[in-house]
Amino acid sequence: MPLKILVTAKRVEDPESKIRVLPDGTGIVTDGVSTKLNPFDEIAVEEALRLKERHGGEVVVISAGGEKCQVELRAAMAMGADRAILIRHEGPLDPVIVSALFAKVVESEKPDLVLLGKQAIDDDQAQTGPYLAERLDWPQATFASKTVSLESEAEQKREPGLTLSADGKELTVLREVDGGVETLAVELPAVVTTELRLNKPRFASLPGIMKAKKKPLQELAAASLGVDLTPRVVVKRLTEPPPRKGGVKVADVDELWKKLHEEAKVV
Amino acid sequence: MSNVLIIAEQGGGTLRKASLHAVAAGRALVGRTGGKLQAALLGSGVEAAAQELAAHGVPVLVLDAPHLAHPIASVHAAAVAKLVELTQAGYLGAASTAYARDLLPRAAARLGAAMATDVLGFAGDGPSVSFRRPMWAGNVLAEVELSTPVKVFTIRTTEFELAHLGGAPGTVHRVDAGPAGSPRVRHLGFQSVKSERPALTEARVVVSGGRGTKGDFAAVEGLADALGAAVGASRAAVDAGWAPNDWQVGQTGKVVAPELYVAAGISGAIQHLAGMKGARVVVAVNKDPEAPIFQIADYGLVADLFQALPALATRAKASR
Repeated sequence: MPLKILVTAKRVEDPESKIRVLPDGTGIVTDGVSTKLNPFDEIAVEEALRLKERHGGEVVVISAGGEKCQVELRAAMAMGADRAILIRHEGPLDPVIVSALFAKVVESEKPDLVLLGKQAIDDDQAQTGPYLAERLDWPQATFASKTVSLESEAEQKREPGLTLSADGKELTVLREVDGGVETLAVELPAVVTTELRLNKPRFASLPGIMKAKKKPLQELAAASLGVDLTPRVVVKRLTEPPPRKGGVKVADVDELWKKLHEEAKVV
Repeated sequence: MSNVLIIAEQGGGTLRKASLHAVAAGRALVGRTGGKLQAALLGSGVEAAAQELAAHGVPVLVLDAPHLAHPIASVHAAAVAKLVELTQAGYLGAASTAYARDLLPRAAARLGAAMATDVLGFAGDGPSVSFRRPMWAGNVLAEVELSTPVKVFTIRTTEFELAHLGGAPGTVHRVDAGPAGSPRVRHLGFQSVKSERPALTEARVVVSGGRGTKGDFAAVEGLADALGAAVGASRAAVDAGWAPNDWQVGQTGKVVAPELYVAAGISGAIQHLAGMKGARVVVAVNKDPEAPIFQIADYGLVADLFQALPALATRAKASR
């Protein structure tokens, strides 16, 4: 049973870069900060590709934001996604707006499955997946993971972590939750969000990067979709947390224990 | 005047400690909004957990029905939305656990509400309460306002005290749980990770291992057990398959704020620091004197962890 999968590809600041706040607190310093595909979305793209490789179908990547979001959509297509949709909007976005915009695209694209990273590592809100599922009245399975190691043979073979039933109507998902792993079967169409350890995303190959340049990237104006674009999550001010000061080096275990016992009083 | 509804959580009929932090946050919030604080508990066979919750001085609404036994997000979200209506709550909150992170955004969408995740604190009064929350893995703190009539939030438990026992217990009211519906989701099972150790996010002491363990966590676990601590790991150690997934501390793992955090053989990548820099006292043990972890550690020991950790464990055992 081929699957049509819509998967998100948000542009975010590189998680290895140092994030600093502008002096007036209105945003972050972007000069010299590189961007990349949100790591959780990268895992979602990888899972979509594996499902397509197993079952056939189509992988469509989607993002909302400014023109530069094309870069990350191309990166997802370089990994293997078939085409991309960018909902163009220059103003601030929040999960309320983004989920409403994505819902409009779902209505026209009619995918069997929407895959999203469980959160984006810039705003760290982790909301868009469940918001979207509720708007569509679809089942959801958040924090999709797997119990086999990312070093295992199955992982080397790029086997999907999500299991499609023989009749193609249901997806079995292992969810990483507090205290263990829950197994859910969700009827399709459904929304699934991906946890870190679902898979190890592939690197784009050079031919993949070349091919991605020619793959279709459709742009839609957010204002044309009939969605209220007023932000409901209003960021008033950003600050940097007080830096944690380094302490002292101790000579040996005896001195360390003594300090922990007498000075810090934690043991 | 805006009422606050806190969604509490139970597992197998036992109240989760995280919920008591959420009740404390709710109490702090009604201090600003002037409304009434109520809590709710959803599940099947949750009477005892509800009584325990009420003993912390908060009125509890109980939705107890077989179809609520498993935390299916769409089912619980429909029930929570009804509870918000019933309690006329302007604020809906919970502890930022896997349950709430699955449920509350869905409930928020149902209520046409905006949401703030991992809230660290509140500011302002009356209708204009704003939320302080981390962004970019805690490298940035944001003050956010939610402009919808109902405002939804989860709190980071390490930032709020536990609600106190005692005083007059709250009332416990059973509320009709409504029809079961057809969620198009089946719960097939739960595989629990059993541990004799305290939960990572609730432990007073955490001992974590990284790349420097070279895959041998015996010294890390030995010290953890000597200190009655939870065991954590860096992403590098988890990715290498040396430590189970749920040990990971960091931006993409668990955020911990123990009294004492011991980082052994962990270099201190930004990713990892985001998960532990809220610890009161940080100890770093690393062979590399240049490791970035030393820049944020209160006590740094340049040493081989395979010698230092057992020596520390011996002292810990001797002092018990």
